[in-house]
Amino acid sequence: MSAETMNKVELKALISATADTIAAHADELTTLDQAIGDGDHGLNMKRGFEAVRADADSFAAKPLPDALKAIGTKLVMTVGGASGPLFGTLFMALGKEISTEPDRADLATAFGKAIEAVAARGKSQVGQKTMLDVLQPVHEALLQDRTGPEITDAADRAAEATVPMKALRGRASFLGDRSIGHMDAGARSTALLVRAVAETIEGYA
Amino acid sequence: MSNVGIVIVSHSPLVAEGTADMVRQMVGDEVPLAWCGGNGHGGLGTNVEAIMGAIDKAWSEAGVAILVDLGGAETNSEMAVEMIGEPRAQKIIVCNAPIVEGAVMAATEASGGASLREVVATAHELSPS
Repeated sequence: MSAETMNKVELKALISATADTIAAHADELTTLDQAIGDGDHGLNMKRGFEAVRADADSFAAKPLPDALKAIGTKLVMTVGGASGPLFGTLFMALGKEISTEPDRADLATAFGKAIEAVAARGKSQVGQKTMLDVLQPVHEALLQDRTGPEITDAADRAAEATVPMKALRGRASFLGDRSIGHMDAGARSTALLVRAVAETIEGYA
Repeated sequence: MSNVGIVIVSHSPLVAEGTADMVRQMVGDEVPLAWCGGNGHGGLGTNVEAIMGAIDKAWSEAGVAILVDLGGAETNSEMAVEMIGEPRAQKIIVCNAPIVEGAVMAATEASGGASLREVVATAHELSPS
């Protein structure tokens, strides 16, 4: 990812790339979720991101902050499960915090605030085997001005690192120690989204 | 109706409706009451849009207390309250209480004209601290 302003990136390309990766990995996400959750994560995420794709033109017509807020609302209404409000809050808070033409520093700041909103929504924190365990290292990489591939690698490693963790939030926490040994589905989908966004922005840089 | 309203949010529409039935039978019709359950696609789960609809249905100027079952119901209910926004949001509280007992006790309290704070406190008394 370059320090170019994000408005050079077509929002529609980002929407398309994120929906593509979720659709391509829906079965994998569902399998992960079946191990320690309720097995609906892949389907739920796919439904949500396809709904966002269906309205891509209307989102793209808005200024970036409004577009992100509207995308978050759409995710809340369509993803369902506990993931809907969590991923929805990520985008809604990002929209609330970001400027119309953000540079890299603006993005990093807004991303940090958005992570805090997700943590508050889920009453969770880093280390509890959730999407936060991927979001946090991505935020650190953004602050350190890492490249797109470095950020993507950090996200993938962070998702892998949820495997030995014991789930302390969400349905998986009911399993206690039995949640150990499985990757968190929300961490995996977050890493997929990070890769899609980073590669799309990289392509425009 | 000026009594506090009660909203029941379960992952299962059967649980939500059954809980509402118990409230109606044990407490009567003096309390605005609404329920929702299911993910909106025929499966178990909760749905923000449905929760917002239930809050509208049970709306009272005295406020609304929401009773939930598992974690996702709580998260989605809090999201629904946030999306409804102020000034109504400050009059809506998601209770930390067992769903069936909480709904019956909260509704009983509400039927006597108690404030939202009192209704919620009654439900919270049922939770292990």
